[in-house]
Amino acid sequence: MVRQWVRAAVTVVALTTGSAQAADPFIVVQSTTSTQNSGLFDAILPWFEAESGIDVRVVAVGTGQAIRNARNGDGDVLLVHAKPAEEAFVAEGWGVSRQDVMYNDFVIVGPKGDPAGIRGGTDAVAALTAIAQTGSVFVSRGDDSGTHKAELRQWGKTGVDVAQASGDWYRETGSGMGATLNVAAGMGAYALTDRATWLAFGNAHGLEVLVEGDPGLFNQYGVILVNPEKHPGVRAEAGQRFIDWLVGPDGQAAIAGYKLDGEQLFFPNAR
Amino acid sequence: MRDFSVMTDHPTLSVRGLSIVRDGKALLGVDYLDLDGPGPTIILGPNGAGKSLLLRCLHGLITPDRGTVTQGGQVLTDKVRAGQAMVFQRPVLLRRTVAGNLDFVLRRRGLSRSARRAECEELLAQGGLSDKARQSARSLSGGEAQRLAILRALACKPSVLFLDEPTSALDPQATQEIEQMVLRASDQGLRVVMVTHDIGQARRLARDVVVMHGGRVVEQGLAAQMFAAPQSGMTRRFLSGGLMV
Amino acid sequence: MQDFAQQFTIALGLIFTGDPELWAIVLLSLKVSVWAVFIASLIGMPLGAGLAVGRFPGRRALIVLINALMGLPPVVVGLLVYLMLSRSGPLGVLQLLYTPTAMIIAQVVLVTPIIAALTRQVVETLAVEYDEQLRSLGVSRLSSVPVLLWDGRLALMTALLAGFGRAIAEVGAVIIVGGNINHVTRVMTTTIALETSKGNLALALALGAVLIALAVSVTGAVSVLSLRGERQGVGHA
Repeated sequence: MVRQWVRAAVTVVALTTGSAQAADPFIVVQSTTSTQNSGLFDAILPWFEAESGIDVRVVAVGTGQAIRNARNGDGDVLLVHAKPAEEAFVAEGWGVSRQDVMYNDFVIVGPKGDPAGIRGGTDAVAALTAIAQTGSVFVSRGDDSGTHKAELRQWGKTGVDVAQASGDWYRETGSGMGATLNVAAGMGAYALTDRATWLAFGNAHGLEVLVEGDPGLFNQYGVILVNPEKHPGVRAEAGQRFIDWLVGPDGQAAIAGYKLDGEQLFFPNAR
Repeated sequence: MRDFSVMTDHPTLSVRGLSIVRDGKALLGVDYLDLDGPGPTIILGPNGAGKSLLLRCLHGLITPDRGTVTQGGQVLTDKVRAGQAMVFQRPVLLRRTVAGNLDFVLRRRGLSRSARRAECEELLAQGGLSDKARQSARSLSGGEAQRLAILRALACKPSVLFLDEPTSALDPQATQEIEQMVLRASDQGLRVVMVTHDIGQARRLARDVVVMHGGRVVEQGLAAQMFAAPQSGMTRRFLSGGLMV
Repeated sequence: MQDFAQQFTIALGLIFTGDPELWAIVLLSLKVSVWAVFIASLIGMPLGAGLAVGRFPGRRALIVLINALMGLPPVVVGLLVYLMLSRSGPLGVLQLLYTPTAMIIAQVVLVTPIIAALTRQVVETLAVEYDEQLRSLGVSRLSSVPVLLWDGRLALMTALLAGFGRAIAEVGAVIIVGGNINHVTRVMTTTIALETSKGNLALALALGAVLIALAVSVTGAVSVLSLRGERQGVGHA
């Protein structure tokens, strides 16, 4: 009997310890949910990994959290989309330097019924103003992410105080883009989303893109090497190699080549 | 009547000035008691007489509020207690096999594997449990379980064996088997002290008897004399089946 | 609904065709949780047994504390472990953040109180029953611990399973300290969270079904072993 127990235990341990531990070397990239949820990393990383032998481990969280994690030294490379915050990160010495990588754009999605009547518009400020005036439900990330910051910039231009409407027609999920779109779909509400996450999103029932093409909805991604002088553990060499690849011709081509249902999600614009 | 002519040297169990008080009520008050001779000694009395309490004091399971218990002149150190074993009213068997229960004790005695095996087989044969060695101890019948409890006590190789109403929950057949085991152990030189409220059992087993009531010893003597001519009124009343209140 | 059935079929197909990605995730889930429960039991069982048989000042308070810790919020545990293991944290030099080891640590913190509290209960009940018999046999309080643990083994199995259930189903802590990194720290629960956030609800649900099946089969396997043990005469708790 005892022997049986031991045998069972040994089997379980043997079964589970032999799992696939990725081999060194590797880097940790702190990035955003939009890059992961859109499938971009799954598409382009194998190219880099095959060429360099460096394993790229992506932690996908909101831009705000990604920056905080990187500030703690829990990442070698930061790839996010909130330019002012990124520049502050470098200015404070946490990052070495910032480079543009790619862009896409934000769109305003909403229910087919469109109670605020914003369909077909190209002016984000006007659309948001209409949503506020009709008291139509708008779902916000509310998580200090790049998308959330972009959304708040647009509200700032409308003069509407969304903090006042919080919990009323303005709902903050405090979650990632996908989770927020799930809420918007469930409530038949409006939301601001990056186009990449939207295109890859599988639960869009009843929602559609209503406003797009506003230059104010431009969404720039930047990449930063975490400063090894602040955190000696940073894998600077491998991290820099990844950045060089990303902004170089091979990485830029890989980004441009990623399409979903024939549609390009990110547009490389490294200089 | 059994033959008590074979007398071996037995340590005397002595009680002096023993008292246990709970909530201002004296549960046990035994000023002076010596248990000597080969036994079996039967402690007899109605429920609540303090028999089990006295037995636990003799075995060192309960420390009295006042008074001393000695065995062969020595207080109950761990070493002295190692020479004692006890069988409880309801057998507490470990959750292992029948043999495993015996092995647990034999192992504590530091015996080699082969010695343990040999002694285990011998004990099981003694208790008529050889064919149940690999069975769960918890699946034994009441009588079998109590027999195993006695075997386990014997496996301690004690010089004194205490039994606390070991047959009170058993049918006559099982009771008889237990009584035979107790007598055999006694005949082999083991000092037996057993508590019962069953007068018939006392008559069948006892060489000497201690009668208790209300936490006190009311009478002590050789069984033959006491059953023939009890000295105290309490004993007379108890032996004649009267209610003792 | 047709979409749902379709995705569900896809997920089931992945499972039954032995999709290596999915199986790697399943195995990692098992690995992390089995190790966590194993380590937690090494800590929790002696601790629980000590609380059951020990007599020392502050014992009652400690029991109340351990019972309360059974309800530790995973997110808080994840955050604390993150702060410890972060490069700027006290244990940062170990470079454990975003590794399966970090996830095991977080789960150990979550599971240990459960195992300790349940062990305490099992052993204390048994200790009351065995008290006089063990003292009669000259077994000291300390040396009674292994006896009580062994004799309570079937009930303790349930404690281990409760711990395993907590570990394998947990997402809040492991997603923070593991980072949900593909092929490295992605487990069943974080995969489900990810697929949900991608809006792939049917796939997420199908993965949930796999997770439930996994938990049920582990529990079932242990129960069968226990029952067989009982029938073979090792006793029951």
